Amino acid sequence: MGMISSLMSKKWIILFGLLFGTLGALAVNWGNPANMGICVACFLRDISGALGFHRAAVVQYLRPEIMGFALGAFVTALAFKEWRPRGGASPIIRFILGMCVMIGALVFLGCPIRMLLRLAGGDLNGLTALAGLIFGVIIGIFFLKRGFNLGKAKPLTNTAGGIMPGMMVVLLVLAIAVPAFIFQSESGPGSQFMPLIASLAIGLFVGFGAQRTRYCSVGAWRDIFLVKDFYLISGILAFLVAALVTNYIAGNFAAGGIYHWGFAEQPVSHADHLWNFLGMGLVGIAATQIGGCPLRNLILSGEGDTDAGVTVLGYIAGAAVAHNFAIAASPAGINTWSIAAVAAGWAFCLIIGFTMRKA
Amino acid sequence: MSVEVDVRGFSCPVPVVKTKKAMEENPGKEIKVMIDTQTSVQNVTRLGKNAGYSVETSQDGEDYILVMKPGK
Repeated sequence: MGMISSLMSKKWIILFGLLFGTLGALAVNWGNPANMGICVACFLRDISGALGFHRAAVVQYLRPEIMGFALGAFVTALAFKEWRPRGGASPIIRFILGMCVMIGALVFLGCPIRMLLRLAGGDLNGLTALAGLIFGVIIGIFFLKRGFNLGKAKPLTNTAGGIMPGMMVVLLVLAIAVPAFIFQSESGPGSQFMPLIASLAIGLFVGFGAQRTRYCSVGAWRDIFLVKDFYLISGILAFLVAALVTNYIAGNFAAGGIYHWGFAEQPVSHADHLWNFLGMGLVGIAATQIGGCPLRNLILSGEGDTDAGVTVLGYIAGAAVAHNFAIAASPAGINTWSIAAVAAGWAFCLIIGFTMRKA
Repeated sequence: MSVEVDVRGFSCPVPVVKTKKAMEENPGKEIKVMIDTQTSVQNVTRLGKNAGYSVETSQDGEDYILVMKPGK
């Protein structure tokens, strides 16, 4: 393919990546935590905390972006006749792999999307994490090439497919009504958020765009090495460039701005290179085995894919485990059990990789 | 005779991996892939076109059938 036709076939994902990156950066200026404009792992962790599944008081908030992602994808899938209730491809393994993704992400402090936003905000720890992510993805590809898979999904009823969109509606109602049993941070990242309507609108837009373009922040790196396909990565690079340019235009790098280049003293970040590498490496291998990043699984759960829905529940459980058992890192560095949990996650992924080879 | 690959039920990226394997093991042969999601149709079509195959898609009830011919 020529340069022009290659670009034309990628125009929608590049356009979406540019808009998503711009919004991700601006979300910080509009109220979301610094360098966390949009972080799918962090936001699921905040939801886990808001429901009281963990009691880390600084990270509890029902982030409407998450409900927007899934519900935006739900409506889009219905509109474009891609609603397909399905499931049954090793859900219990996906649940635990989902926990592994979340544990790895919370040792680094971010999903592969926040990793890009951290880079675009000058946080060079994003580079260590990117190297780790690619390392994990390459090991995942090693297993895929040996015939690794999680089995076949079967068509299911609309009722089954509707469970996750239904749960997202319930979460949204709770986010609007905020009954007394919902936990809400009074300080820290969980207390920093955009107006609900802005969060939801951005979430719905991203849900629409990600459903149409199949945007995936792990698949992008996988496809480069697995099939030399540069479709998804073009959307990721567009996101990174747009977020970087937006941060400069918004004055975030100016004197007195919120960002600077370097490894040290970055917002909601630590500079323990080995565990940033291996934590994001765990995200890379586990997400490659699941078949997509946290955003992608939220989108699929909105399309009726109950295996993706179970994975999302695994993320929420993983966040609870990470914060209840002193696994999640903090700006002070890794936690008491971070190393043990990341090692256990890697061991689980390797066992799954070697043993799951059904035809 | 075309080589048949049935990837219905498999989620991303397994359909691409299985089709790629069939292409590598059967150079020069026509490959027929049965698929059940639009996403996989797009992914496998890109794989085929990038490898120089012509790709024709038809719908069969809820499923899709891709006929991939090498060399255009």
